Amino acid sequence: MLSYVLRRLATAIPTLFVIITISFFLMRVAPGGPFNLERPLEAKVMENLNRIYHLNEPLWRQYLLYLSNLLHGDLGPSFVYRDFSVGDLFAAGLPVSIQLGASALTLALIIGTVLGSIAALKQNSTIDYLVVGVATFGITIPPFVIAPVLSLIFGVSLGWLPAGGWGNGALPNKILPIVTLALPQIAIVARLIRGAMIEALRSDHVRTVRAYGLPTRVVVMVHALRAAILPVVSYLGPAAAALLTGSIVVETIFGIPGVGRYFVQAALNRDYTLVMGTVVVVSIFVVVFNMIVDLVYAWLDPRVRYD
Amino acid sequence: MRRLLSRFVLGAAAVALMAASASAEVTYTRGNDADPETLDQHKTSTISEANVLRDLYEGLVVYSSSAKVVPGVAESWETSDDGLTWTFHLRDDAKWSNGEPLTAEDFVFSYQRIINPETGAKYANILYPIKNAEAANSGKVPPEEIGVKALDEHTLQFTLENQTPYFLELLTHQTSLPVYPPAVKEFGTDFVQPENMVSNGAYTLQEFTPNSRIVLVKNKNFHDADNVSIDKVIYIPFEDRSACLRRFEAGEVQSCSDIPTEQMKYVKDTLGDEVHIVPYLGNYYYAVKADKEKLSDVRVRQALSMAIDREFIADEIWAGAMLPAYSLVPPGIGNYGEPAYADYKDMDPLDREDKAIELLEEAGYSKDNPLSVEIRYNTGENHQNTATAIADMWKNIGVKTTFVTADGATHYAYLRDKGDFDIARAGWIGDYSDPQNFLFLVESNNPGFNYANYDNPEYDALMEKAEETSDLDERAEVLKQAETIFMRDLPFIPILYYSSLSLVSDKLQGWEDNLVNVHGTRWMSLEQ
Repeated sequence: MLSYVLRRLATAIPTLFVIITISFFLMRVAPGGPFNLERPLEAKVMENLNRIYHLNEPLWRQYLLYLSNLLHGDLGPSFVYRDFSVGDLFAAGLPVSIQLGASALTLALIIGTVLGSIAALKQNSTIDYLVVGVATFGITIPPFVIAPVLSLIFGVSLGWLPAGGWGNGALPNKILPIVTLALPQIAIVARLIRGAMIEALRSDHVRTVRAYGLPTRVVVMVHALRAAILPVVSYLGPAAAALLTGSIVVETIFGIPGVGRYFVQAALNRDYTLVMGTVVVVSIFVVVFNMIVDLVYAWLDPRVRYD
Repeated sequence: MRRLLSRFVLGAAAVALMAASASAEVTYTRGNDADPETLDQHKTSTISEANVLRDLYEGLVVYSSSAKVVPGVAESWETSDDGLTWTFHLRDDAKWSNGEPLTAEDFVFSYQRIINPETGAKYANILYPIKNAEAANSGKVPPEEIGVKALDEHTLQFTLENQTPYFLELLTHQTSLPVYPPAVKEFGTDFVQPENMVSNGAYTLQEFTPNSRIVLVKNKNFHDADNVSIDKVIYIPFEDRSACLRRFEAGEVQSCSDIPTEQMKYVKDTLGDEVHIVPYLGNYYYAVKADKEKLSDVRVRQALSMAIDREFIADEIWAGAMLPAYSLVPPGIGNYGEPAYADYKDMDPLDREDKAIELLEEAGYSKDNPLSVEIRYNTGENHQNTATAIADMWKNIGVKTTFVTADGATHYAYLRDKGDFDIARAGWIGDYSDPQNFLFLVESNNPGFNYANYDNPEYDALMEKAEETSDLDERAEVLKQAETIFMRDLPFIPILYYSSLSLVSDKLQGWEDNLVNVHGTRWMSLEQ
């Protein structure tokens, strides 16, 4: 097992390297640069800015410089948030995004699994139709609709929760963003569980434990759910990577200081180092979570082993 | 049980105490357009940066609540007869937030820093009226040679290149705010961090969390601290204007720096007097490549301008958030009278259309040989709607229109690099209230802004003459002649004047609407 993990990590490094290389050069193909403002700069000032940020050097030198800095853990200075380095920005924003994403994910897993299982057990009943209906609804309504509506109802009309803002991480400020993030995930998890559960309940091994006379509770929770959760696990890898690295919609609408907004802000402002920073961070998350998924898979499904 | 009870009582007392101290502290949560790129005044260029810096620092002169130029660090000032030397007398009690005295030398240090090309100050060129500033900023002379000298601890003298009637206005800009030299020397670019920053305004910096908030607290060493009523200002960046509106309605913020125009009717109906729509010092225009063959005929540009129903665009597309523009210089600007309006300003739209068709025919375009143009604009819903509406209006006079869009950075880089286009959207917000700040856009030696490649020696000569005219009335007359030529030649087609849109809570006192949309927190108070 350990050797498998090490091997996976070793193959991750070339993958990251390829991603970084492609992103670095692709980004430079985009027209414009970080210092293209409405008011053009004095040539000498532009020259100095380019020198300060090493933009005057040949692209391959900049690339090597970036790689060597990266190896030392330095993501470089931000062009758009000039008072911060990219490292500072992630150190401040990532914990916020991870907190929200992890809470939403946990919420989605618990509620989604319960709803999905109930629907599967009562297949074709009213409850089943209700769950499927709500789930479909949850997937189709995008967060940029859900978020303002929640904020309007609970923040403006009822005044129960803040309409926005982070409030230094106070619980009331987190509720609406977490719910917004969780709703579509609940829907997806519920649907996946329902489908897999229906199949699992009909499978041979579940029929066998039923025949042994085990109580339904044990049959469902221990034997059927273990098989039914597999598709959810493979879905969770990419989903977790996406959720934990923040959501631009939720962060913009609720005013959350996470890292999700940097993806778009950095690209639009040609903040080269911040773009690269987001690429590196997201790639690491994707690689790591895919690995975790594979490991969990092996643990859940005895047929899969990586030795 | 008794212990529990006593604990409870103690706890309640503590809560009550906290509540009492909280009510003593007045906090103003203020919506801002965006986060500052930096809080280093010398590296800033945007309006959202200016708002925060205005509270942190005080320049020689400042804008009052009604945007009049009033004494700041300088108590008084005088100019020489030729208008080239300005002497400022600094107040004796001017101090930095750490209690150290603020001297004329600090200003000298600050001006030399911003003009030094090493600093990489993006907006240094606004200070070019100061003698040798341009030469120093382009590295031709050392920064020490600019025309800013400390005569003694409390006297600062500027020498200028030319008469600059708007010089005082210019000094209100954030580029003229002082930096604390010891902090800059010790911390370098990190002097802007909350733990290092020393400022001299009504507030000091406590916290800057990107995409979340900037917290300022009252500066006890500020000379007018007794009259500063708000203790704490929290600036919140709102990229999403609707988010600010919701938080305003929920009572979480006391002002918003913008209003979602698509919800304007709802906003006006529900918020009434708290909605402030005020003429602003800005112009939304279409630049026309004047040296391109099909557009070089003035009659073509006139026809295109005449056919635009600006009232429709202002009222329907921008929901009254913009005003129809028939001149480059917005009305109400300082050192000027009425702008040189287009003569078709009050003409009936249908007559204007007929006249436009006539002009196009004179220029050789007809149904069989229609004019086709391409509009470039930066992405944005209202920009798109405006371009679509204009294309539709131009269709009525037989002009075919196509569109090209790009995001802001690409769009402006393209214009600056003299990319090929027919017509391009752009906007200009004045840095100071003077017509020169608009008319200089199309001087032939201003390639960075003269997107139209307009080159008219007569126009340049008038602009030069205005620079040398010291009598303000006479200067206004010369500038108006220049604008008249502009409106005849139309290198830019003015479409709308900007308005500033704000939501201001009834509880917030001292917010006075003004043309430059400047509202220092030190002038305001808040009812709890």
